[in-house]
Amino acid sequence: MSSVDSTSVYTAVPPAARRGPRLGSIVGPVLGFAFFVGLWYFTHYWVLENVFGKRNHLVPAPHVVVRRSLEPIPRGDMIAGLGWTALVALVGLMIAITLGTALAVLMAQAKPIEQAFWPYLIAAQAIPILAIVPLIGVVLGFGFWSRILVCVIISFFPIVSNTLFGLLGAERSQHDLFTLQGASRWTRLLKLQLPGALPAIFTGFRIAAGLSVIGAVVGELFFRKGGKGIGILMDQYRSRNMYPQTYGALVLSSLLGVAVFVFFGWLSKLVIGRWHEQTRQGAG
Amino acid sequence: MPADSPAASGTGRLLSFDEVAMTFPDGTHAVDPVSFGVDAGEFVSVVGPSGCGKSTLLRIASGLTAHTAGTVTVDRRALGYVFQDATLLPWRTVRRNVELLAELGDMAQAERRQRVAEAIHLVGLTGFEDKYPKHLSGGMRMRASLARSLVLEPDVFLFDEPFGALDEITRERLNDELIGLFQAKQFGALFITHSIAEAVFMSTRVLVMSARPGRIIAEFDVPFDYPRPPELRFDPEFARLSGEVSQALRSAHA
Repeated sequence: MSSVDSTSVYTAVPPAARRGPRLGSIVGPVLGFAFFVGLWYFTHYWVLENVFGKRNHLVPAPHVVVRRSLEPIPRGDMIAGLGWTALVALVGLMIAITLGTALAVLMAQAKPIEQAFWPYLIAAQAIPILAIVPLIGVVLGFGFWSRILVCVIISFFPIVSNTLFGLLGAERSQHDLFTLQGASRWTRLLKLQLPGALPAIFTGFRIAAGLSVIGAVVGELFFRKGGKGIGILMDQYRSRNMYPQTYGALVLSSLLGVAVFVFFGWLSKLVIGRWHEQTRQGAG
Repeated sequence: MPADSPAASGTGRLLSFDEVAMTFPDGTHAVDPVSFGVDAGEFVSVVGPSGCGKSTLLRIASGLTAHTAGTVTVDRRALGYVFQDATLLPWRTVRRNVELLAELGDMAQAERRQRVAEAIHLVGLTGFEDKYPKHLSGGMRMRASLARSLVLEPDVFLFDEPFGALDEITRERLNDELIGLFQAKQFGALFITHSIAEAVFMSTRVLVMSARPGRIIAEFDVPFDYPRPPELRFDPEFARLSGEVSQALRSAHA
């Protein structure tokens, strides 16, 4: 019997029945949401009261932001503004995707072409967008197309770099396979490089889409001609000391960014989800 | 300049290396002059220490790498090449992967479809045609890779350590299956491996290469008849021959 003394008995654990989405996947977001809303209330009721000397109205409480933004007057403007900003961001993104993908395909054709473009892409990417924006207006005027150009500029780089990275990522042995069959450059691009690059391309699209929304809002702050987007509303509300509405517009522009991010995530899953081995969900 | 002449027909010799050497532009010798041939119905293995240029032999045979001296004689239209990794395209199903080489070679649709179905059946992947590579085990991926080359019905098969990454059980089973295919199709095979047992078990002839720059330092005829049963691996004669190969390989290191 003594030999059993040091032995423990472990019973089997039956697999837990899975019902719907797991609790864990709900708890995190709910807690996170509660935390940030709590932080906001804390800022409104305590930080501004005690640190900034009773200027609570400068950061209105969340429920006030929601209530005031949903009142008929700002609501109509905000919905129309959302439409304008979304339109500009989308057109800008589409142009950036077309040009960026084309440039990446060109750069992937030969090392010298890549080396010719790459330094300037890095350099251009390092210039703060706010420094370029005023210069755009001088050339293109202060309307719609200037806003769109801001979107194109800001979302161009992640598209080029991710697409290029994906196109050059095909394995040597996969290339060998195509070489052995005497495949043309075009066949190689269509049947090997582009499909293989899709995961990286979608990552680029997702990053670019969020940036394009930012570009649209920034563009509106400078280029006032044409439709009133969220950026213009935000600036108008702020200049009239309408803080709840300002924050409402801010939240709305953020929601637009989240929406395009989620949309491209969904599209990516739809197109490559069946074959792509996801290493880590999210992040990208 | 080295010449590549088309295989002389009727002799049964499918691939021959005549004093073939490869020197890198910086002067490093990858392969010192080697001469050997592979006839129809021959299964020739090359064993050697890693980095000795065994794989380079295959790249030269297929034309992926240019040799710098000597003559290679082979019909490259009838060549199958099985890589170390399965190199399947992850966005294609098994069927579409098996179809790839034929598709790139512009084989007619109807013929392609029939050959693909046959090849998938031959490697035992029936029922997995619509699966993506991410759903397959390592062994199944290698089978798909094999099927992809089989579709071309090659006269010569080049194998670059195809089973090196597999576990022993899967590896031995694929050895058996490849021997089955070899018997059925009677192609000539040039098989690179660093496993002596695998080389002796599979081959009609084993070549031993020295460390870089690679030279062929020994050659062994393997007398066993096909099909070769798994028990052959425990036959005293098998052990004796493996020992001899092993000894030749060790002398290559010295």
